[in-house]
Amino acid sequence: MEAILKVKRFNPEAAKPEPYWQEYRVEVEPHFTVLDALIKIREEKDETLSLRCSCRSAICGSCAMRINGHATLACKTKLSEMARGRPAVTVEPAGNMPTIKDLVADMTPFWSKVMAVEPWLQPRGPEPQGEYLAPADAMQHLVGVMACIMCGACVSDCTVLEIDPNFLGPAALAKAYRFVGDPRDQADAERLQALSRYSGIWDCTRCNECVQACPKGIAPMDRIMALRDRAMDAGFRNNTGSRHTEAFEEIVEHSGRLDELRLAIKTFGMMNVPAMLGLAPVGLRALMRGKMPPIFHKPIPNAQAVQKLFKKVEEAQKGDRK
Amino acid sequence: MKFAFYPGCVSRGGCPELYPSAKAVCQKLGLDLVELTGASCTGAGILQEKNLLLGDTLNARTFAMAEKLGLPIMTICSTCQGVMSQANKRLQDDAQYKAKINGFLAEEGLEYKGNVVIKHLLWIIVEDYGIERLKPLVVQPLTGMKIAPFYGCYIVRPSWALGFDENGGRQTSLERVIEALGAEAVDFSGKTRCCGFPILTINERNSVSMVAKHTIEAKDLGADVMVTPCPLCHLNLDGYQPKAAAMSHREIDLPILHLPQMIALALGVDHKTTGLSRHIVSLKRLVEKVGVRA
Ligand code: FES
Repeated sequence: MEAILKVKRFNPEAAKPEPYWQEYRVEVEPHFTVLDALIKIREEKDETLSLRCSCRSAICGSCAMRINGHATLACKTKLSEMARGRPAVTVEPAGNMPTIKDLVADMTPFWSKVMAVEPWLQPRGPEPQGEYLAPADAMQHLVGVMACIMCGACVSDCTVLEIDPNFLGPAALAKAYRFVGDPRDQADAERLQALSRYSGIWDCTRCNECVQACPKGIAPMDRIMALRDRAMDAGFRNNTGSRHTEAFEEIVEHSGRLDELRLAIKTFGMMNVPAMLGLAPVGLRALMRGKMPPIFHKPIPNAQAVQKLFKKVEEAQKGDRK
Repeated sequence: MKFAFYPGCVSRGGCPELYPSAKAVCQKLGLDLVELTGASCTGAGILQEKNLLLGDTLNARTFAMAEKLGLPIMTICSTCQGVMSQANKRLQDDAQYKAKINGFLAEEGLEYKGNVVIKHLLWIIVEDYGIERLKPLVVQPLTGMKIAPFYGCYIVRPSWALGFDENGGRQTSLERVIEALGAEAVDFSGKTRCCGFPILTINERNSVSMVAKHTIEAKDLGADVMVTPCPLCHLNLDGYQPKAAAMSHREIDLPILHLPQMIALALGVDHKTTGLSRHIVSLKRLVEKVGVRA
């Protein structure tokens, strides 16, 4: 059967290097992956088409690209599934990275961010005689994140990186979690302090794009949330992100539902004049239109039941920890 | 059709125009609602960052209430829908986890057996009510209007929680409702991206940049208005659009409708009920263009 692939091309050596779409029609077998089709195009139709691949088995992480608009591994993606209900399958290079040529993305920013989180074990104290040992169950929660193949699919689709290239991004932050969560690593405090700064864990917008894109089920966003929790537990709370989370929890515990006015005040602090002034124009405009949360917030009818649940769950968790 | 109605916090808080709009639309459609007045906040993904077990417990409590009534839950917020769908999946997939949580709920006389279906009004219209039944109810067709759909992250991701395998049509539901009302859906790449609301207090620059990116893209593709099933997206896309325009040094002026407001418009619900004048980005220009009275 014939498949139609629309491929985003880019040749840096062209007189006017601009990306453009090119359509290819190619005979494919039902079992073909998108990568199989691209290789066939390169071998039989157009040898100038550049792409990166190696293992063809979702191991090496070379072939991440955007297929029908979403990042994934071309070697793990069935062509027939992508073609269902569409006139053509679109293929683009991974996003949020410069393109070297056609489907080959420049991973330099990716690697520099991974390096920025110091992805190596930093133990303290005297070296042991043999290996650094860790109990198996303390490592269990890291098995998932250690399966990362550094393909960059999560980075490609990150909505924050799209507008702020300084953000550390899902891959580097998931890698950071791998070391913060490792019982043999003793640099947690420094790591968490650095990660709590601008462009770190609190800049994630929880959009779930990385969870969706990751071909290995690592769920980078969930690791970022775990880092937030650890950073707060370690005492790095002097930032809007953790104040916002804490205030949210407190308000829901108190009244069972959200109180947006109190949330804003608690997040910024009543005395934070610049932030309050920054909010004021938006607030005033909202007020004039009658679009404002109620000043006198009503809790849900049986808020005590919710308060009790908070206590119960927290007590049970304390018990589990012991 | 009867539903346990979960309005969420924002439809009565930051977006007070949403609640009456949704109720008016349900009345027009003949959907019977029993409001879950005793239910708590879903945690909005924020509580879940710190304590997933706690978040799931609060949601299980809500599910148990609906289960007692023997009704499916109806939400009107993408975030509530996503957070609840995720919680429900975890509870349904793990009997031990569910039992542990039921232990917490016992004192209040509640138990969640795991049988509740949770659906956004958007999905209800497409799957249960039916687009074909909606069409004849339109008294003020939105003909000539170009509407950009903006879904909100939680109703599209992560897909493991959202039942897309069984209900593939969910991914194009907003477009289909737009078209059923006589308008044209504007396809744009930002439609399933993030509005930036969750980082508004943390990194306003980034948050507002997201507003600018999506509204400008839709506007430049000819959209007259944007519609969203998520009130949190609405807060940002509407409330922070003036800042986004200032930041981008250009006019944007793209009104943002809540899903029920858009339907209400076509079904002839009066505009006082739907609070069309409450928006930050005025709907007046739109009115002139399509002749709809705001
Ligand atoms: S070729 Fe190795 S992961 Fe696709």
